[in-house]
Amino acid sequence: MSIVAVQLGQCGNQIGREVFNTIYSDAHGTHGLCSKKENEAYHDACAERFFSEAQSGVPVARAVLVDMEPKVISQTLSIAARSGHWKYDNRSHFCQKQGSGNNWANGYSIHGPRNKEAIMNLVQKEVEKCDRLSGFFTIMSMAGGTGSGLGAFVTQCLRDAFPTSFILNHVIWPYSTGEVIVQNYNSVLTLSHLYRSSDALLVHENDVIHKICAQLMHIKQISFRDVNQVIAHQLGSVFQPAHTVEADIHYSRNPLGDLMEALVPHPEFKMLGLRNIPQMPENSLAYSTFSWPGLIKHLRQMLIANAKMEEGIDWQVRPPCPGSTVPSSHSTNKLLHFNTSIANLVILRGKDTHRVDLGSFRDPSLYTSWLNPQDAFNAWKSPRAFNKYEKSASLVSNSQFLLKPLDNVVGKAWNMFASKAYIHQYTKFGIEEEDFLDSFTALEQVISSYTNL
Amino acid sequence: ALTLLFAVGQCGNQVGCRFWDLALREHAAVNKKGIYDEALSSFFRNVDTRRAGDGPDIYKGKICSLKARALLIDMEEGVVNEILQGPLRDVFDSKQLITDVSGSGNNWAVGYKVYGFQYRENIVEKLRKTAEHCDCLQCFFIIHSMGGGTGSGLGTFVLNLLEDEFPEVYRFVTSVYPSGEDDVITSPYNSVLAMKELNEHADCVLPIENESLFDIVNKIHQMTNSGKLGSTVRQNSLLTSSAGTAKTVQEKPFDAMNNIVANLLLNLTSSARFDGSLNMDLNEISMNLVPFPRLHYLVSSLTPLYTLANVNIPSRRLDQMFSDAFSRDHQLIQADPKHNLYLACALLVRGNVQVSDLRRNIERLKPSLHFVSWNQEGWKTSLCSVPPVGHSHSLLALANNTCVKPTFMELKDRFMKLYKKKAHLHHYLQVDGMEQGCFSEAISSLSDLIEEYNELDATKGGLRTDTSRLKIAV
Repeated sequence: MSIVAVQLGQCGNQIGREVFNTIYSDAHGTHGLCSKKENEAYHDACAERFFSEAQSGVPVARAVLVDMEPKVISQTLSIAARSGHWKYDNRSHFCQKQGSGNNWANGYSIHGPRNKEAIMNLVQKEVEKCDRLSGFFTIMSMAGGTGSGLGAFVTQCLRDAFPTSFILNHVIWPYSTGEVIVQNYNSVLTLSHLYRSSDALLVHENDVIHKICAQLMHIKQISFRDVNQVIAHQLGSVFQPAHTVEADIHYSRNPLGDLMEALVPHPEFKMLGLRNIPQMPENSLAYSTFSWPGLIKHLRQMLIANAKMEEGIDWQVRPPCPGSTVPSSHSTNKLLHFNTSIANLVILRGKDTHRVDLGSFRDPSLYTSWLNPQDAFNAWKSPRAFNKYEKSASLVSNSQFLLKPLDNVVGKAWNMFASKAYIHQYTKFGIEEEDFLDSFTALEQVISSYTNL
Repeated sequence: ALTLLFAVGQCGNQVGCRFWDLALREHAAVNKKGIYDEALSSFFRNVDTRRAGDGPDIYKGKICSLKARALLIDMEEGVVNEILQGPLRDVFDSKQLITDVSGSGNNWAVGYKVYGFQYRENIVEKLRKTAEHCDCLQCFFIIHSMGGGTGSGLGTFVLNLLEDEFPEVYRFVTSVYPSGEDDVITSPYNSVLAMKELNEHADCVLPIENESLFDIVNKIHQMTNSGKLGSTVRQNSLLTSSAGTAKTVQEKPFDAMNNIVANLLLNLTSSARFDGSLNMDLNEISMNLVPFPRLHYLVSSLTPLYTLANVNIPSRRLDQMFSDAFSRDHQLIQADPKHNLYLACALLVRGNVQVSDLRRNIERLKPSLHFVSWNQEGWKTSLCSVPPVGHSHSLLALANNTCVKPTFMELKDRFMKLYKKKAHLHHYLQVDGMEQGCFSEAISSLSDLIEEYNELDATKGGLRTDTSRLKIAV
């Protein structure tokens, strides 16, 4: 089954290109460290999922590119085409001239309805190229106007037009200190709207990825390209083909469905965080070896202690002992050190994955009590090494990972809202104070739900 | 997205002229193959002039003849004529000009009420014609001075008109404010009358003070002639330079100052024209920097003032660029943003600068700056990959900051000095459509604005209490 990517706004398009790049070079790389048969199966599954064949033989990414100004799409298309390895369909893009001005209301209420038909036509064309559609993967930033506002609108349209397909929104959280001044407003509006139409939100925070670039990748002058490449690596580690059931010889055909089934048991809880280890500069890869027990141990502690990367993990944090009473009244201001999970998914790629013991992730004390521990945890594996890493482990988690960042964003937006600053910019395009209040209410509800796990 | 530039009055047209010259230089440096691209199209049309009459616009392919997307308006002929006889003559055609002979006598009322009324239809017609060539008009720029009659009066009339005819299109105004020693005695009247219009009809105003431009020119002059600098300065990198442009005639005294303003506009629009990893369109400027409709005055600063030739820029030097942007002597008005209150701040970076450089400098500078309580992280940033000519990187900082207040207060004082004595008032009141009410309304508008800044200043340094959040029943 295939995934259609919808790249929205500057961020969405810049990341999207890196994602397809990473997926392609991983699938065609020679560092698979596995049998020829495995390689071919992987390659075929990957192709079906992400690319369609063009007459020229150059794979065409299953993607629709949308932006309200032309420069980024133009650059995205040409860089991809120049690589000679893969490209975008020349007709699968939609752009306007004016941009959304970082204004969510402009993206949602003006550009959205105005361009709905054209955009959905492009989506339909991409869908028709697929033998079977697994669903949609949208990439957008919350901070600006197009990715966020138009992205929220398009997500709604996708939901309406394809009620039985899965929708996964990949959402970029901006740096907490200013990329865009009204980013907190845009974020609140985006998240509350996506929550209604989407199946799950997979989040990457710029601050976190930036730290990874600085401390793990040792990059001196970090560019957005560097950040996007780390993000692409992490996404690739999740969406490249994997075996979802132990000993199943075929690669999973329905990646989005499997993801939702594993991680989203309840529609109130849709926020997914992603961790991937190890992460290091490419030139160090050849000299490093890792053991699975070591990697699993680190990953588990990252989950428990809510660590964003494998350095600086707080090893003191422990899950509550079974049988001990967890305080039943949690004040919403007190944020727990221990990160409670609803469900977790671990994806292992590379050498000796069949021998890895994941028992520690099945520990019931990690989870809330609603699901059976067997259901709360899933593991996918692939013997094929990913993106030149001999061993790579990813964790996709529906847990309190994003509680603090979400609370921060809502808090800052609320403070600004209290002073009514910038509101006139939104009401100009039809988003009223009431709409803001609705969004705040929706997100406070989400925060409350996650806090009280 | 296209911009239409209105140069009104003597100052406006002199600055405008420098702008077009430097814009052509900038695009020539980037566009080696002479292709008419998206970037060029934001300021220029591409016209086939071999055909008689109004040649059709050519949207792609080689550059044929570039025409500025502009209207040049002056009620005297001197400046515009000079432009039309100079090296930029082919950049304008006669349909873009509106001139008269007698001037406005440094009288806002003449500019606004007399010429406004007289030329309204003409302006609207020419505006519509010019706008026809723009498939997506995003922004109007008006360049004018506040102290005279045409730029001030007719300029703000045009502002009003633009709001009526094209309410959706953003109106950016670059206004040159008179200094205390301005030789036009009635400049306070003209400025305050114009301010009311700016308050009510502009989306964004970039105030400029001649004193500041003058100081910057002197500073550059001193640095480049003092022999202090180890290496030679790249001539074309000077913020004040016309090197490499079409202008070959001996530079006039205002040229250096006007070049600074021209560079301001180029840097303001660079991220909208050229590629970058974090683009910023003009509508984003208004969105992020104007938290309340009337507080739309942005203090600007440009760095660096020049580049040394053949020097590799270590990151120390890069950080210096950021520091300079906040120093009082780089601001284009007499203001000190560092010691006043920020409502919002934008950093428009060009050249070889990455997001980590931006972040490092924001973190470094933040503690010494005061931001209003509801916008503690009020930074808007952009990264454009194309640096200005002669530079490897540059920074334009735009601050919505209460440091504009002194400029406005001084203006008010100078106005009141004249107004109390009713000095020269009759020159205004004898103009059809002018009455005492216009003056009292104008000064009232200015006073209200000053009061809004006062209220904000009062919150500075105060305790920040977070508003209590919505509570959800569990």
